[in-house]
Amino acid sequence: MHEDFKISIDGLSKIEGHASLDVKVRNGKVEDVKLKISENKRFYTQAIRGKQFQTVPQLVSRICGTCSVAHLTCCTEAVEKALEIEPSEQTIMLRKLMMYGTMIRDHAMHLYLFSLPDVLGKDSVLEFDERQHELVHQAFDVKRAGNDLTKLIGGRAIHPPFAQIGNFSRIPEKSETKKVIKEMKSVRSHIFDLVKIFYDCEFSFRRKNTFVALTTDDFSFLEGVIKSSHRLIIPEQFYWDHLHRVIIPYSQATGYEFEGRDFMVGSLARMNLNRERLHKNTRNDLAKYIRAFPSENVYHNNLAQAIEIMHSIDHSIEILEGSNFKKEPQVKFKIKEGKGVGVIEAPRGTLYYAIDLDNQGKIIYGNLVIPTAQNQIRMENDIKKLVANNMGKNKEFIQNEIEKLIRAYDPCMTCATHFLKVRWL
Amino acid sequence: MIFIELMNNHFSDWERLLDFKYFKLLKSKNELKNLDVAFVEGAISTFKEEKRLKEIRKNSKKLVAIGSCAVNGSPSNQRNFFNDSTKQEIKMILDNFGHRDKVSQLDEIVEVDDNVPGCPMDEGKFLQILNKYLKEFKVM
Repeated sequence: MHEDFKISIDGLSKIEGHASLDVKVRNGKVEDVKLKISENKRFYTQAIRGKQFQTVPQLVSRICGTCSVAHLTCCTEAVEKALEIEPSEQTIMLRKLMMYGTMIRDHAMHLYLFSLPDVLGKDSVLEFDERQHELVHQAFDVKRAGNDLTKLIGGRAIHPPFAQIGNFSRIPEKSETKKVIKEMKSVRSHIFDLVKIFYDCEFSFRRKNTFVALTTDDFSFLEGVIKSSHRLIIPEQFYWDHLHRVIIPYSQATGYEFEGRDFMVGSLARMNLNRERLHKNTRNDLAKYIRAFPSENVYHNNLAQAIEIMHSIDHSIEILEGSNFKKEPQVKFKIKEGKGVGVIEAPRGTLYYAIDLDNQGKIIYGNLVIPTAQNQIRMENDIKKLVANNMGKNKEFIQNEIEKLIRAYDPCMTCATHFLKVRWL
Repeated sequence: MIFIELMNNHFSDWERLLDFKYFKLLKSKNELKNLDVAFVEGAISTFKEEKRLKEIRKNSKKLVAIGSCAVNGSPSNQRNFFNDSTKQEIKMILDNFGHRDKVSQLDEIVEVDDNVPGCPMDEGKFLQILNKYLKEFKVM
């Protein structure tokens, strides 16, 4: 077949942030695929230099409204490691809860508002018919529950002010805690419907894949070791040594390879590498769906996210019901020179912060690696294969398949720099 | 983003009262023409964005800046305050991707009718302004 065409999607919709895509096909062969993250650089790594350590977690929180809690938490961990501060057990517990609130809200936004229209063949939730409308209400109930959990712990769902270096400036009130437990229990039933939808969904795209995730004993996204699907086990502080930073001239975000190859981070990676650590209630109630893993189907990232919402609800209920939060004294520490690395699992995957402080507590150097930037090369290579697989089909169909696939990755272009536009050249 | 979060509590009303003409986060078929009110977030860093903002202004009866970056540029404008050596360090990226010399808040480029400051934006103020326009455009 001698097929020549160009696809250009300028401004991909239903993702977080802006990106565009150019695809060039000549003589029936995919000649070029360029995924251009066009969100503007805002130079956070330069901007934090010279700033006092206490102010930096709240500043980097502004990298992204959606993922603010992840940036805040990970940067806080890096600063604490640099200053050898050990947060109390209660503080760690509160951070886990705050991250759970973020996971619930963020996954719910992606699954219900961005991905569900693809599954139901609609352009947006605004077009859902009466029968589907119930799902829209469920979407907002689940999102609200996640927000209320983060708010309970951090004082606000986005850029939470109570989170500090070393501890929280306030602890949750008993009456508020009870309300959140009740809310969590009431939205739990919605997740069964959500999981079933993405389990029954027949979308499939597979390519041999390397998965990487921070794995934790209680599937809590905070502390653990980094594992890969080729059985590497890496302590948090050495993660950078296994990454290869790739400058992509047409993208405002930096790409990464892991051990010399493209790879995927995010829910699918976590589910493939660590599913046996999910909460026992989640494992019991969703056993049939969890058996879909390990999986190389990129669309199972959606199913994995739905299961993670259930886990986040179940573990949060357990922690909150068993909690007796007490006001704790401010953690004492000395300002000193030091280097610290923080690694957590953000909703979209492994997030890495490295911070160097001088003896006055000012940032000398900061480095951060964003989940979407790690997935960028992988996404581009997947699109190449997707277009090759669909050669002969019409352009509109191929374009739609590309958008669906990118959406399944749940990219956050705002974080990655901060945009997707697809232009078929 | 906060707008999406505000939908948790207001979706039923807004779905009834508002016609979302351009909302990329939620839908792919968007049209930027004859808008009553445009809510714009973010600061302006590139020439392309500057052009886009002017296009939005031309096609909207009212334009509201929402969030700190749109209202006062910060923190997206942090490169404006870099020292010379840091400016040199980032110059290549700025040149390659068509960035302006400085990052600007919206009202430095177009006329802005209302501001909702804050990071995240002040929800109360946003609702107040939205309701004001719903009345002004006789939607309620």
